[in-house]
Amino acid sequence: MAEKIKNTDVLFNPLSKNNPVVVQVLGICSVLAVTAKLEPAIVMGISVIAVLAFANVIISLIRNTIPTNIRIIVQLVVVAGLVVIVDQVLKAYAYSASKQLSVFIGLIITNCILMGRLEAFAMGNRPWPSFLDGVGNGLGYAIILVIVGFFRELFGSGTLLGYHVIPQWCYDNGYVNNGLMILPPMALIVVACIIWVQRSVNKDLQED
Amino acid sequence: MNKQSNIYTIIYIIVLVVLVGTALAATSLALKGRQQENIDADKMNQILAAALITPSEGETVADFNRYITEQYVINAQGERIEGAKAFDVNVANEIKEPADRRQLPVYVCTTLDGSRKYILPVYGAGLWGPIWGYVAFNSDGSTIYGAYFAHQGETPGLGAEIEKPAFSDQFKGKQVIKDGRFRPIAVVKAGQQPLDGEDYVDGISGGTITSKGVGSMLDNCLVPYRKFLQSLSDQQTPNTSESWQKR
Repeated sequence: MAEKIKNTDVLFNPLSKNNPVVVQVLGICSVLAVTAKLEPAIVMGISVIAVLAFANVIISLIRNTIPTNIRIIVQLVVVAGLVVIVDQVLKAYAYSASKQLSVFIGLIITNCILMGRLEAFAMGNRPWPSFLDGVGNGLGYAIILVIVGFFRELFGSGTLLGYHVIPQWCYDNGYVNNGLMILPPMALIVVACIIWVQRSVNKDLQED
Repeated sequence: MNKQSNIYTIIYIIVLVVLVGTALAATSLALKGRQQENIDADKMNQILAAALITPSEGETVADFNRYITEQYVINAQGERIEGAKAFDVNVANEIKEPADRRQLPVYVCTTLDGSRKYILPVYGAGLWGPIWGYVAFNSDGSTIYGAYFAHQGETPGLGAEIEKPAFSDQFKGKQVIKDGRFRPIAVVKAGQQPLDGEDYVDGISGGTITSKGVGSMLDNCLVPYRKFLQSLSDQQTPNTSESWQKR
């Protein structure tokens, strides 16, 4: 029973209290790049969940055989292999999304969350908790991506997933899409707003 | 076994890399067919977009074969090159050649009302990376029926606006042959116009370098088609070309 609670903690802690993006502030680069629209943000989130979960499992399975002095290289090889496979699958089955994400799928390799989780968790835990940890952290990352993508697409383009949601009469009465939302700096500002909200809710995260 | 020894480390990494390499090669081989289909379908979509046709979801190849009734490759003299397929010509490579040595693809599109449109590919450089597009001409070889532009990584909201219909729709009805002279469309700062009476469209505010890139792309890629378009223009009866001028 004790282990079960631990497993759920492993899965759900990264969603809020230990969120990789807004608490640990990792993986910010891709948050900037792929969140101008909601759809690429979702695809990117799913890709990171998949890569992170499987990389965690693989590293966890072979953790006792890895020579210590090349462990980072081994982790990189595994992650790079998985990322290329995800990239190829997207090109075959979700071509338009992969066109929008272009190089950023490849850049998952350098996403700090991955190396962080592999080194900090998968190297020292059994496969199942490692899988949950990967899914949890991937979800924590994806949630932030989707929130940021939601606001940037809504206010920047007036659409969600490409469908117009701001009614025409708003435009007729002088509403204008905020072009600034599409530019990269607004991703940082939206992330900062999320951090602000999250820290005012969770007082124990506040620093002096 | 000593897991920290050099021999173990070397063997370990070799085995790992071979395994990962095999997995990657297998994935690539297994998915290659589908990926190429996607890339081809994407290109077909773009070509049809220039002729203002939007294929229904999943019907791209069928629609392409229905509307594009003929495709061939010509040289700068306007003569057909036998044995070359327009769809297989890589325009990005051709523009590196001098104009008289290029292979120039032509797609002939027959629209629902039976008129023939000539779709020509263009390729150039924007601010951050390549830009490309397709321009569809009416059968008079001068009037633009529609245009499509795309880019790899222009600034969103600025240069990237060239892919929006708001920009490409400006090209409709513009003429490249005026008073017997061939001049591809100029892209100018909004509110200005070229001095020599060339047909022009407004560039994008804040996307100056991309706009200029579109202008020079049209110059560079359409000029080799001059003889071809001129010959289309000559085939027209004087009546129809006059009616175009009156508009």
